[in-house]
Amino acid sequence: MFIRTALLLTMLALAGCGKTASDQAAASGEQVIRIGSVAPLTGPQAHLGKDNENGTRMAIEDANAKGIVIGGKKVHFELISEDDQADPKTATIVAQKLADNKVSGVIGHLNSGTTIPAAKIYSDNGIPQISPSATAVSYTHQGFKTAFRVMANDAQQGHALGMYAVKNLGVKRIAVIDDRTAYGQGLADEFIKAAHAAGADIVSHEYTSDKSVDFTAVLTAVKGKQPELLFYGGMDAQGGPMARQIKALALNVKYMMGDGGRTPEFIKLAGDAANGVYASLPGVPLDKMPGGETFATRFVAKYQPIQLYAPYCYDAVNVMIAAMQKADSADPAKYLPALAGISYDGITAKIQFDVNGDLKAGNVTLYQVQQGKWQALETVQ
Amino acid sequence: MDIFLQQIINGLVQGSVYALVALGYTMVYGILGLINFAHGEVVMAGAMLALSALTALISWGVAPLLALPVSLILAMAGCMLLGFGIERIAYRPLRHAPRLAPLITAIGVSIVLQNLAMMIWGRDYHAFPQLIKNQPHYVGGAIINDIQIIIVIMAVVIMAGLMIVVHRTSLGRAMRAVAENQHAAQLMGVDVNRVISITFMLGSALAAVAGLMVSANYGLAHYYMGFLLGLKAFTAAVLGGIGNLRGAMLGGLLLGLIESLGAGYIGPLTNGFMGSQYQDVFAFFVLIAVLVFRPSGLLGERLAERA
Amino acid sequence: MKKNLPLCSPISPRAREIICIILFVAVLPFLTDALLGRGWVRIVDFAMLYIMLALGLNIVVGYAGLLDLGYIAFYAVGAYCYALTSSPHLALAYPLLFPDGLHLSFLIVLPLAALLAGGFGILLGAPTLRLRGDYLAIVTLGFGEIVRIFMNNLNAPVNLTNGPQGISMIDPVRIAGVSLNTTQQVFGFSLPSVHLYFYLFAGFTAVVVFVSHRLEKSRIGRAWMAIREDEVAASAMGINTRNLKLLAFAMGAMFGGVSGTLFAGFQGFVSPESFSLMESIMVLCMVVLGGMGNIYGVILGGMTLALLPEVLRHSIVPLQQAMFGRTLIDPESLRMLLFGTALIGVMLFRPAGLWPSRVRRRELATDEAEQ
Repeated sequence: MFIRTALLLTMLALAGCGKTASDQAAASGEQVIRIGSVAPLTGPQAHLGKDNENGTRMAIEDANAKGIVIGGKKVHFELISEDDQADPKTATIVAQKLADNKVSGVIGHLNSGTTIPAAKIYSDNGIPQISPSATAVSYTHQGFKTAFRVMANDAQQGHALGMYAVKNLGVKRIAVIDDRTAYGQGLADEFIKAAHAAGADIVSHEYTSDKSVDFTAVLTAVKGKQPELLFYGGMDAQGGPMARQIKALALNVKYMMGDGGRTPEFIKLAGDAANGVYASLPGVPLDKMPGGETFATRFVAKYQPIQLYAPYCYDAVNVMIAAMQKADSADPAKYLPALAGISYDGITAKIQFDVNGDLKAGNVTLYQVQQGKWQALETVQ
Repeated sequence: MDIFLQQIINGLVQGSVYALVALGYTMVYGILGLINFAHGEVVMAGAMLALSALTALISWGVAPLLALPVSLILAMAGCMLLGFGIERIAYRPLRHAPRLAPLITAIGVSIVLQNLAMMIWGRDYHAFPQLIKNQPHYVGGAIINDIQIIIVIMAVVIMAGLMIVVHRTSLGRAMRAVAENQHAAQLMGVDVNRVISITFMLGSALAAVAGLMVSANYGLAHYYMGFLLGLKAFTAAVLGGIGNLRGAMLGGLLLGLIESLGAGYIGPLTNGFMGSQYQDVFAFFVLIAVLVFRPSGLLGERLAERA
Repeated sequence: MKKNLPLCSPISPRAREIICIILFVAVLPFLTDALLGRGWVRIVDFAMLYIMLALGLNIVVGYAGLLDLGYIAFYAVGAYCYALTSSPHLALAYPLLFPDGLHLSFLIVLPLAALLAGGFGILLGAPTLRLRGDYLAIVTLGFGEIVRIFMNNLNAPVNLTNGPQGISMIDPVRIAGVSLNTTQQVFGFSLPSVHLYFYLFAGFTAVVVFVSHRLEKSRIGRAWMAIREDEVAASAMGINTRNLKLLAFAMGAMFGGVSGTLFAGFQGFVSPESFSLMESIMVLCMVVLGGMGNIYGVILGGMTLALLPEVLRHSIVPLQQAMFGRTLIDPESLRMLLFGTALIGVMLFRPAGLWPSRVRRRELATDEAEQ
């Protein structure tokens, strides 16, 4: 039975390769433009990956509802969503698959470790790639013309966080924990640089992993150094329980995270230890931008509360489509220059790219949990 | 000094969690000589089931103090069923197969369970409700709270209970007989299949307890939580001498202590050259050192001749 | 090309077989590209890397019977070896010592990486000589994790591996001045990068198969199998079990190192995420599922497990649409679910693997007769 199923699957795979359901749309006279979305949809970060996919999907559905005309033809955008399992090798495989499927652009990937190797394949195939969430500086510094991001990089965000901690919160003794992932370590290092430059002491630098649940040992070590502020470079799934353990160990510090912590999930997991926690998010608060609040309500109604990067995915798709409209073509070679020189009002920020493909104005907003909700404190450059 | 004491407490609590899971590994290993790699996922299933039951009960208005034990029992029942099914489907047909075949099915089971859990409970992390007031207690400057105390006590009580089952009951005698020699046991009238099934069910029930403890203590449950926990518990079981109940307990506690002391003191000891990022390296070095001098773990006696 | 091959020439059937295989390999990437798309050529490329890894692990697990759960560490050593010597990383980290980075030639790095990985193999082997079975498994697992953790953390105080950020912008493999990263024109054929790497990997796989084959039939191979069957008896027969076990670890590790070097050149980026425990487990699954100790079985296992997830990825959505008219079940979790089910299913129906070695099959038969 099993062997028969496997055979059947293989046959169907061979039959189905390269052909997607979209060819029907093409028959009806519309021009089909394929946009790829890549994020981990299985494995420990699947909840963030699904959020990215949903953000991208919503932007594409919105664009289809508008009935956009490019090159004199009505176009139909089609989403091709792929799972890269947060694995660099799989990332290149799906990147090649998207290139085979002749996508006009790619929104992704989620992690820096997958975005960087995949960027090479997109560049080889001339496909513009906008990452909504990869923050490693080196992603846009590989010399690829096709690589963009709509997210502040580690240097921009770490700098804002470090300055805010020292200047606005007035702390002198700082402890740092990072989760030894490309994201956590990159952000923590930039935070340390900025805090150090602003005159604070880094009294302790401890480490954990992105799969741990018990942080009592490192927190106890931190406690011995009596810091005033603890910065954690990592994600909400660890940051939330860490907040609880900080409270349980009666560690009396201000607690701060980057964008990885500024999620509803964090508040859920941290429970009553969430109040007073600081975190940042690149860009401007949604309610300050035109269309931001409507996006949020519509997204929640359609899928689930925004996890993290869905608004950035939404912006990434829209900026890509705007470039296509400006160039009046969905041919990557034609609209790529338009994308590089675009100025677009997104829901997270005004999007303009610098020569590398990074955001020109790397705005970062700081938030604090007040009465169980993230409240915007201040937006810094 | 209070920092040191706190690290000891951290280690004991973490170690008790490892020990609870390691007991499940070691029981199955003792009787079948098989590493049940899917055990970590059973722990996850236990946590998820308990959480679902708890949420449902609370929403029906059951008092938290009643809902907690009821959901534990439900989770244990669910896990026992799961353990029974895993053994029947994935291990029993391979009892006489080459040694590594069940290892592969175990990995298969583990992948299947993880993705089933993802389908059922979704990709999100689930917060575990804070039902009982988790009162902190101060011991010489260090802090321990209620749930942590319960975890440590549970681990000790469960190990003692298992010792009694294995050494004082007829079921235990049958288990030991099967572990010694399946054929001889069968000739003596022991229903080998039944004994093995019961062992799996017992181990899985323990996994449910461990799952509930872990998610209550750390406040979360997620479909991926079993992998790392299973790995650590397996390490603990080997450290203590796999197949030996007291060994699992000792190995679990030791591993917890090694980790917390490692995280706390590698930095000062190496003058900041290495830090808590090497806590796992430290733990594995201790493991390797122990195994070089005692090739079958601290309390292990039988030399496993398997590959 | 066919007419160069006179049908009634005095070449032996064996030679004809080999020529047929070579021809098949030569057209395979073009066939795959034309029928399935270029993505599949890349998938096949990765499958060959896994076949090399599986054949390397087969020496340790299949021949010598030493369970190794940390094998991916050697792959990592090879990959980092090439990444360090052929990327701007050293130049960025130590501008004074290496103003331009090293940028060593691939052909120089390859043997170095193989030797270094072999050295690591001995390093792992030495403390584990007395251990057996499952104890060996956990120590090797620990070794694999230790190597990964070091790679993940050696960005400070000395920046050797660039830590979790990984090393990017690794030079492509360059042989005799020909870069495999750009499309090359050969005899009027246009050969894209993935095709070039395909031929490179196919060549290396052939070498690895050849070496495995010779090893299996050699005195060393027979001694390994004797150790696998009964270490005490083997020792009593005058086999130096210590040296031979170390040799098995070293040989297996060298294959892993070679494969890792190729991976780094192909991918252009290495980071510790690529060398997780799950990868070690997957390679072990390939060996066992294919049929331990049998080269063809291991190749089959490597191919099956490397291709299966991708086949499922391509087929689940169309399959669901054909069956229910829409995507009913989340395709990603279903894909991994089916993958796990396949692992269980194959082992249940073929406990000795898809294509077991003859010796193994015989053993299994006698085992059952004894029961």
